[in-house]
Amino acid sequence: MIRTAAAVLRKDLRIEWRTKEAVPAMTLFSVTTFVLFHFGLDRDTLDGPLASGVLWVTLLLAAVIGVTRLFAAEREQGGIDAFLLAPVDRTALFVAKAAALLVYLVLLELVAVPAFAILLLGPDLFDALPELLLVLLLADLGLAAVGALVAALAAETRARELIVPLLLLPLVVPLLIGAASATAPLVSEGGAAEDLGRYLALLGGYDLVFGLIAFGVFDFLLDD
Amino acid sequence: MAEAAIALEGLERRYGDRLALGGVTLTLAPGATLAVLGSNGAGKTTLLRVLATLLRPHGGATRVLGCPLPADGWRVRGRVGYLGHDPLLYRELSGRENLAYHARLHGLGPATVDERIEAVGLKRRGEDPVRDLSKGMVQRLAVARATLHDPELLLLDEPRANLDPAAADALEPLIGRTAAATRVLVSHDVGGALAEADLALGLRAGRQLFCLPAAAVDASATRELYA
Repeated sequence: MIRTAAAVLRKDLRIEWRTKEAVPAMTLFSVTTFVLFHFGLDRDTLDGPLASGVLWVTLLLAAVIGVTRLFAAEREQGGIDAFLLAPVDRTALFVAKAAALLVYLVLLELVAVPAFAILLLGPDLFDALPELLLVLLLADLGLAAVGALVAALAAETRARELIVPLLLLPLVVPLLIGAASATAPLVSEGGAAEDLGRYLALLGGYDLVFGLIAFGVFDFLLDD
Repeated sequence: MAEAAIALEGLERRYGDRLALGGVTLTLAPGATLAVLGSNGAGKTTLLRVLATLLRPHGGATRVLGCPLPADGWRVRGRVGYLGHDPLLYRELSGRENLAYHARLHGLGPATVDERIEAVGLKRRGEDPVRDLSKGMVQRLAVARATLHDPELLLLDEPRANLDPAAADALEPLIGRTAAATRVLVSHDVGGALAEADLALGLRAGRQLFCLPAAAVDASATRELYA
């Protein structure tokens, strides 16, 4: 299964590298949103829960773009049929799509988090960077699993651009609560991350539960 | 006696309430060719997709390569070569990259890709993105993709569409009468399809009008199909 997933992932990343459809749109969306918050809130700097909320809501909305595009090539160019005709474990497609979305999210955050720090954040992010990276990683893993599942669900529907946010955003509410709560003290002036372990455990639990659910049901989603 | 390559008994398939295929009954021997005839919307493509395990049959009994569908569909995948309306190729990848991807899915090495690209006459254009190729070249590449794993059963929907006579001749060993596989051939070229078929299935609005030895299909039977 790993070899099949690697083949699909390599193909997906190569197509994204050439078309530049998902990641540039996600990063541009997030930076634009930060600029809008900058003017909309009429604040030069943010910190604490407000800063954390702005960061995570923006990242999740940017992720919707990536999820919507995740099955685009399979749907528009018949790749899903070719995959279904091959004698492979179909779960490999889930693993590959989740891994591709994880890569998209990491690339998004490489741009969006520094942009957020420059455009909106008051406190210096440097000291809290290791903890923030851990929160980002755990949130990305959960988002990648749920996103790949939702993308597969929406792939065969006509109104997929509508279906993806309608399905995805309610499912990621627990993830948003965990990630935003874990991040808030990290972006506070002199704030101490007392409950960080609790929220990391929440994110880890979310990843495990939704990862297992997605792994279990993905095969059925591909069936006619 | 060898087991039939395809055995259908009252095959039925619906899209919602609409019957796309009903009462299709036939037996096709290994190595034989079935020509599927009928006007647009008769159910030809649906039949191919059911045989390819891409669609579930909703009624009747369906056995492909000895395996009952949909229960044993996983045993059929990888033994079938499907050439449909869409080439199932990624436009942004080159022909070689597309075939290499499909080869990996089928557990094949790069040597197979080289050999097949040469066989379809695309050695010089193999590195070009599929979006830059002509329709005929894309069809050649699609044939290479569908036959890459030397399938036992070829499901061919207008396989010579967009091919010039020389390309059609070059692809004969892969998809023609001499291909070492059982074939199901959908074509609007009635005469051509019957000439290379052993058995002919006539479909009209999803219903089987006839299933006869190809040599026994006369002009009146085909006229009724397209009336």
